[in-house]
Parts: sequence; C-alpha cells; structure tokens
Amino acid sequence: MFSVFEILGLALIRFFEYVGCLVLLFIETMGYVLRGSIRISLTIQQMAFLGVNSVGIVIMTTTFAGMVMSLQLAHIAVRYGVSNVVGGGVALAMCRELGPMLTAVVVAGRAGAAITAEIGTMKVTEQISALITMAVSPVRYLVVPRFVGLLLMMPVLTLFSDLSGVIGGAVVAQNSAGVPYESFFDSITRMIEMSDVYCGLLKAMVFGIEVCLVASYQGLNTPRGAAGVGQATTGSVVVSMIVIFITNYFMSAWLFPVQ
Amino acid sequence: MATPSTPVTGPRAPLIDPPIVAKNLTVAFSGREILSNVSFEVSRGQTLAVMGLSGVGKSTTLRCLVGLQKPTSGSVTMNGRDISELKPKEWDELRMRVGMVFQMPALFDSLTVGENVAFGLREHTRLGEEEISRIVSEKLAIVDLEGVEHLYPNQLSGGMQKRASLARTIATDPDIILYDEPTTGLDPIITTVISELIMDVQKRMHATCVVVTHDIRSALMVGHKIAMLHEGKIVWIGTSDEFQTTNNPYIVQFRDGSVGGPIRV
Repeated sequence: MFSVFEILGLALIRFFEYVGCLVLLFIETMGYVLRGSIRISLTIQQMAFLGVNSVGIVIMTTTFAGMVMSLQLAHIAVRYGVSNVVGGGVALAMCRELGPMLTAVVVAGRAGAAITAEIGTMKVTEQISALITMAVSPVRYLVVPRFVGLLLMMPVLTLFSDLSGVIGGAVVAQNSAGVPYESFFDSITRMIEMSDVYCGLLKAMVFGIEVCLVASYQGLNTPRGAAGVGQATTGSVVVSMIVIFITNYFMSAWLFPVQ
Repeated sequence: MATPSTPVTGPRAPLIDPPIVAKNLTVAFSGREILSNVSFEVSRGQTLAVMGLSGVGKSTTLRCLVGLQKPTSGSVTMNGRDISELKPKEWDELRMRVGMVFQMPALFDSLTVGENVAFGLREHTRLGEEEISRIVSEKLAIVDLEGVEHLYPNQLSGGMQKRASLARTIATDPDIILYDEPTTGLDPIITTVISELIMDVQKRMHATCVVVTHDIRSALMVGHKIAMLHEGKIVWIGTSDEFQTTNNPYIVQFRDGSVGGPIRV
C-alpha cells in the first residue's frame, strides 16, 4: 500500500518530469528557430491550418462572450447611471483577459488536439521512427513549423477575438440596455490604452507556445495503439487548458498590476 | 548525375567489415528482459535473417541497431563505431548510410508516394527537382511501382505500400538496410515478390542487410545467414543450408511448425 506521502511524492516527481520535458522541447525548438532552421512552406501550411481555419470558431466564441458580458454589465451600469463605462469595461475585459484566453482555449481544443492526434498517429504508425532513421529531426520537421505558425497566428486570432467581442458587446448594449453606440465606443477610446491590447497579444503568444509544446510533447510520447492517440489527445487538451489558466493569472498579475 | 558507385548523398568510404556487430545486447523494460546477451555480426554485403516467434525481441534488436532503442547493456558497433559514443552529427552521418523498412510501411501519409521517395533526397542532397524526379522514377521502377508518384499512401494496397517504403529507403543509396517484418500480413505471392526485391536490392547496391521475419521461406530466400531468436536469446545461428539440415530442437520445431518442443507458446 502506498502512503499519502508516497502518492503525493510520485505525483510531484511526475509533474516536474513533465515540466522538465516541456522545457527541453522548448529549448530544442528555439534552437532551430534561432538558427533559422524553419521550413517556410510547412510553416505557411500550419499557419493556414492552425490559424486561418480557426478564425470562424474564434469569432463565434468571443462574439457571444462579449455579448453575454455586455448583457450583464450594461443593465447594472445603466441602473447606477454609469452607462458611459460599458464599452470600456467590455473592451478592457476582452483585450486583457477574455480575448487572449478564449482564443487560447479554442486553439487548444481545435489546433492543439489536431497537433497531438497527427503527431501521435505518426508515432504509432512508426512515421516518427522513419524520420529519425532518415536523419531528420522530428522536432525540426514537425514541431518547429507548428510552433512558428501558432506564435504568428495567435496574436492575429486574438485581434479578431477582441474586435468581435467588442462588436458583440456593443450590439447587445444598444439593443438590450439602450446604451448608444457613440457612448459605447467613446468610452472605449477613453478607457483603453494601446498597452492593454499589446499585453493581451503578448499573453496570446505565450499561450500559443504553451499549446504547441504541450500538444507536440503529448503527440511525440503517444503510447501504442489507437487508444494511445485518444489518451494523448485528451491529455493534450486538458493539460493545455490548465496551463493556460494558470499562466493567465500570473501574466495578468505581472502585466496589469493593480494600482 | 549519380552513378551506382557514387551514392546520391555524395562519395563515401567503403564500410568497415563487419559493418554490424552486436555484443551482449541486453534490453530490459521494467525489470523484464526483452533481449538477453544477444551477440552477432553481419559481414559486408551479407544478409542476416533473424527469425523467431512474435514478441521474442526481433524488432527490438533491429531498433537497437539504428539507435531507436537504447540497450540496457551491451554494445552495437556500426561501421566500426560504437553507436553509444556517437554525437548527434555523427548519428546523422551514420543514418545517411543506413536505411530501414518498417513493419508498418511508415510512409508519410500527408505526402504523395513520389514525395515520400524524394523525401531523403530533398533533405540531404542539393539535387535539382529534375534529377530528384528521375531518381524517384528509377527507384519506383526497381520496386515495380511505375506511375504511382502522384498517389497518396492510403490509395495503395498493403503490398504496394511495402514496396513504396522500400523505394523510399533505397532512394539515398544506403549501404546498410534493415527490414522489420517486410512480409508480414502479405499473401504468399506478394511475400515472394518482396523477398525477391530484397535480394535484388541487396545485389544491386551490395548492401549489408538484416531482415527480421517469422516467415521461413522468405528468410531462406534472402538470408546468407539465419539467426533464431527465442525469449530474447539467440538459440541458433548458421547458414540457410545448415538451417534446413540442423537437428537443433528449436529449429526443428520452428521448421515443422509443431506445438511440442522447446518453444512454448
């Protein structure tokens, strides 16, 4: 029988082992990126697959997120006579928090799962072994294009998120609580600074790196068989989500300190 | 243009004889030994067929030779170098001379057959597209697969996939070719076709080969020597002629396909 301490210790060891492996994968990937060992055609393919193809689902998700926030915020703001902060409030939340995070969650679910499933299938069908025996690094061939692709596409997707969330919020504020569009957008220009947008985009890039590393690592370490691919893919999405939420808190605390 | 004596990846020194030496190879997973003190060597230009039941460590042996599996103890010497001492760049240089055909054809399913065969050439040579295209057609012709360059692997039959995989392996003119169960899951006629191809490729390229198989007919066709692996140990090694006449109880049971004998199922 294992004692509680043994179980906790084992979990802790596994956690640090996992984090260590992700760090090593990051270092190896960055090594190729910094040496310029990037395949342009593969990277463009991945930008299209991971980024462009995610635009629709990202816009849909964040539009409704902006709408529901406006639905809650606009009525209270009108009741307390501060309807001129609704637009700024929605835009701040979208640019600083919801835009980057919801984009990352959608990307983890769609693109991260796809990365793990694809690399995992290559692992169980020995395509990864074939790459190695052909003196081609799987990290350089598979991870680097996805890494660069997500790094470049995450800020773009987040901009779409921010915009669609704000527009959705404006429509609901006008139609549900009677906050005019002029007042809504005027409050945005008063309350939002460009640093809010930039910092949100920086968060998105970090989330993109995390999703790519977790998804690729899970794929490269997929256990044998179809069940293994399923397990790895589920694990990839779950771990990515957890990592995104934890990182989001610490990055927010760092980037947007309470004055 | 590359000639048969000049590999497409550039000129290289002849292999050191014997190019493949395994010494006391032991592999254990979670305390369970998969391979136990396996030793053998393969002379230059020869083919060793490794036979045995499923799960006795044949594929693990092959994976050790190419560095996909790190042995728990023992050593592998490829072309005169202990592979455990190789640096990443030296590994890449060695792997340019080694080709491996996998049990699953392991063709890249996002690439066409032509792109699969051209993969190593595009990665490791500066050949122009025209020359690459010529080599791809030539290698596909060797395996009797002309005209399938534009198809994707999932549009080919199992036997065709194995042949395409062989074409990809020989595209960079390796000196050493490792085959992991090349005829598994194929009908007897295609098995013969693949076995003849292995022999043909070995003769054309003067390659040193290790073929892992449980198919006796195929092993006898391709192997200059045959090794019998059982429960992680080599229980017999000899020529194909000796294989047919030996009274070794393992070989007799395997040859006859009988249930009774030292091999417990």
